[in-house]
Amino acid sequence: MSKIKPRGKVPKKASLDEIVEIKTLIRHPMHSGRMKDKDGKKIPKRIINKFLVKFNGKQIFGMELEPSISTNPYIAFPFKAKKTGTFDFEWIDDNGEKYTMSRKMKVS
Amino acid sequence: MTKLKLKMISRRNTLYLMSAAPAALMFSKYAFAKPNLALQKIKELTKNNAVEEIDLFLDLPEIAENGNQVKVSFDIDSPMTQDNFVKTVYILADGNPAPNVAKFSFSTDMGACSATTRMRLSKTQNIYLLAEYNNGKFAMTKSKVKVTIGGCGG
Repeated sequence: MSKIKPRGKVPKKASLDEIVEIKTLIRHPMHSGRMKDKDGKKIPKRIINKFLVKFNGKQIFGMELEPSISTNPYIAFPFKAKKTGTFDFEWIDDNGEKYTMSRKMKVS
Repeated sequence: MTKLKLKMISRRNTLYLMSAAPAALMFSKYAFAKPNLALQKIKELTKNNAVEEIDLFLDLPEIAENGNQVKVSFDIDSPMTQDNFVKTVYILADGNPAPNVAKFSFSTDMGACSATTRMRLSKTQNIYLLAEYNNGKFAMTKSKVKVTIGGCGG
């Protein structure tokens, strides 16, 4: 299986009060529990069930994912730039694993 | 002979047919009615509170060729201030094995209420967008997507 790898696109610089778009993608199979493999056996359910974003330690955005979300979940959302800081992204897997990533943004 | 036949249909028979057609349509609607899981879920989420059917901006393709990757984005007009903001947004699909697709929680720091993601659709169906405001009000909209190849791996 391919390695689970988070990716994100955050603008390095933004002007004050600008609404920037933050894009994230994580490589994950998102097995819905309904797919079958080559031998006709059901692949057990394994999805990312939660996605959380913190900015300077404060939670700004959250999403609960269901099996209806596609493989390699892509999530984009807006954010109003107020001050320089760090985004902390966290994806939570069904098996309890957590994948994290952080990105910095400078506001002038 | 054929002309005579056509003439016969165009008179009284047409009237009979016209009066019978709506009845037949209504009947078939009841015969095939299934419980709408998405609407049931919306009732559960709103606890039977009134839901405004206003035009929230829900962007979906009219026809999705591949049900595995359907891009969905929404934009809700809200000032996103401490006393007026959108708290949660739900996406529901009435033709998928499970009606829930995603739940988004927003905060006032975001400055705008919108998001984009990709979802799976098993067949042609309605997608519902339900928004919950901080004052407990609800708003929803729906959109129909035609799916050529389903993407739930059933």
